[in-house]
Amino acid sequence: MVDAPADVIVDVHGLTVRYGDRVVLRDVTLDVRTHEIFGIIGPAGSGKTSFLRALNRMDEFTPGMRVEGSVSFAGKDVRDWRNLYALRRRIGVVFPLPVGLPLSVYDNVAFAPRLAGVRARVELDEIVESSLRRAALWDEVKDRLGALGSLLSGGQQQRLTIARALSQKPDLLLLDEFSIAVDPVTTMRIEDVLKELRHEITIVLVTNLVQQARRLADRTAFFLDGACVEIAETEDLFTGATRDPRTRDYVEGRFG
Amino acid sequence: MFERTPLNVRNQRVERCVKWIFCGMALLLVLPVLIILSVLVARGGPAISFEFLFTPPKQGMTAGGILPALVGTLWLVGVALVASVPIGVAAALYLSEYARDTWLTRVINLAVINLAGVPSIVHALFGVGAFVLFFGCGTSILAASLTLAVMTLPVVIVATREALQAVPQAFREACWNMGATRWQTIRRVVLPNSVSGILTGVILEVSRTAGETAPIMFTGAAFFLPFLPSGVGDQTMALSLHLFVVTTQVPNAPHELQYGVALVLIGIVLALNATSIAFRTWLRGRRKW
Repeated sequence: MVDAPADVIVDVHGLTVRYGDRVVLRDVTLDVRTHEIFGIIGPAGSGKTSFLRALNRMDEFTPGMRVEGSVSFAGKDVRDWRNLYALRRRIGVVFPLPVGLPLSVYDNVAFAPRLAGVRARVELDEIVESSLRRAALWDEVKDRLGALGSLLSGGQQQRLTIARALSQKPDLLLLDEFSIAVDPVTTMRIEDVLKELRHEITIVLVTNLVQQARRLADRTAFFLDGACVEIAETEDLFTGATRDPRTRDYVEGRFG
Repeated sequence: MFERTPLNVRNQRVERCVKWIFCGMALLLVLPVLIILSVLVARGGPAISFEFLFTPPKQGMTAGGILPALVGTLWLVGVALVASVPIGVAAALYLSEYARDTWLTRVINLAVINLAGVPSIVHALFGVGAFVLFFGCGTSILAASLTLAVMTLPVVIVATREALQAVPQAFREACWNMGATRWQTIRRVVLPNSVSGILTGVILEVSRTAGETAPIMFTGAAFFLPFLPSGVGDQTMALSLHLFVVTTQVPNAPHELQYGVALVLIGIVLALNATSIAFRTWLRGRRKW
């Protein structure tokens, strides 16, 4: 953390996560570079989601979750951020299952800007439209911005969730298996969006789909049983010769 | 392949029996309500008139109307609600949205449960000690209503907590992850989606408050008082106590009058409940997930 190069946005050192007595993540050390898509693959229960939860201090609202080690964001340990809400505004999160808040589509996307103090209608309109456009949802909902976000289809709700995450203009976007509840066509559209976003923000992409990581991620980490087995340039992970046999077995579909 | 085996036949027979037994129990529940209502309407109905509702009692409460008791009950219920709903909802919000599972919250939960189990006559004595004497409210609507409020707080707290917990946790996490504080989350997402459940608690509270006799007997309800209360500092008659009085304390009150009082009391409770149920249904219709 002390000597982190300038282009490192997330620096994780010796991260251990426990739920009660159960250790779900053990001594993980890695860094995420600015403006890269960092993929995390691994079978269920390998600690991928817990890793994400530690990044923006979601342990605060998860009873029994304890975090050890250091996680720094933008050069500062997340535990030292006095203003937790400012930290969370700079980190957007998308969960596996879409969460359309029971508000109108417009209010869903305007929620975070309003929290940040944006009041002017023109400015809100602009943020809502650009966020929805970037999430590839604008054309489908532009005529019914007043409709309830929770009544959109699953795939639309997931793009709404992404639009909401983008509306906070985050520096870091955490995506936790965003495509689970989304059809393949929509998934491809969102993936295209993510490729575009790479130039503006940093993305940590947790996925069960090995090929999705291969399509999107610049670098990929392989998690297994709460440990980070290997981190490499994504292509090396899939093709390189020098890699852990467990990684090879996983990416080639021999288990998991 | 589609023939019924003996096991199928037996399962279906058991299924039918069980269904009818449960159905019978459910009907049995409705029976007392129907009987009470029909007896009251049959016997007390003839007593209901404009004069009965809108004049004070006369001739030693053996004739005349019930206006002071009617108005008094509305006062008591209203003031009790004003006192207990904000406190109850705030306490429930704390317990459900802020508090972690610590010894303190466990103690509070235990206290709430125990408060619900305290007999109403004990609440009455507490009310005398605390509100009438210690806080110097005297025997007044204020003291009686506060006693009722303390007694019905657990109802509000428990119902509100259940309503809050029915709001999906995912909504909260989504808000928190956008940098919303707990209060912003509560105000914009949690409360708007739990109002209908909170109202259920208030409905239950209204019914109990209007019907209780013991807690108001020593704290603010009067045996006989032909005037309407002018403020929370006054004593007042109340329907529940009036019913007790005309059935046990006044030697020759006509039966019709006694049943009439009971009918009006039940009528008020049902009317208040119907209003809040209608309001709740309207809110539910607007529920958004």
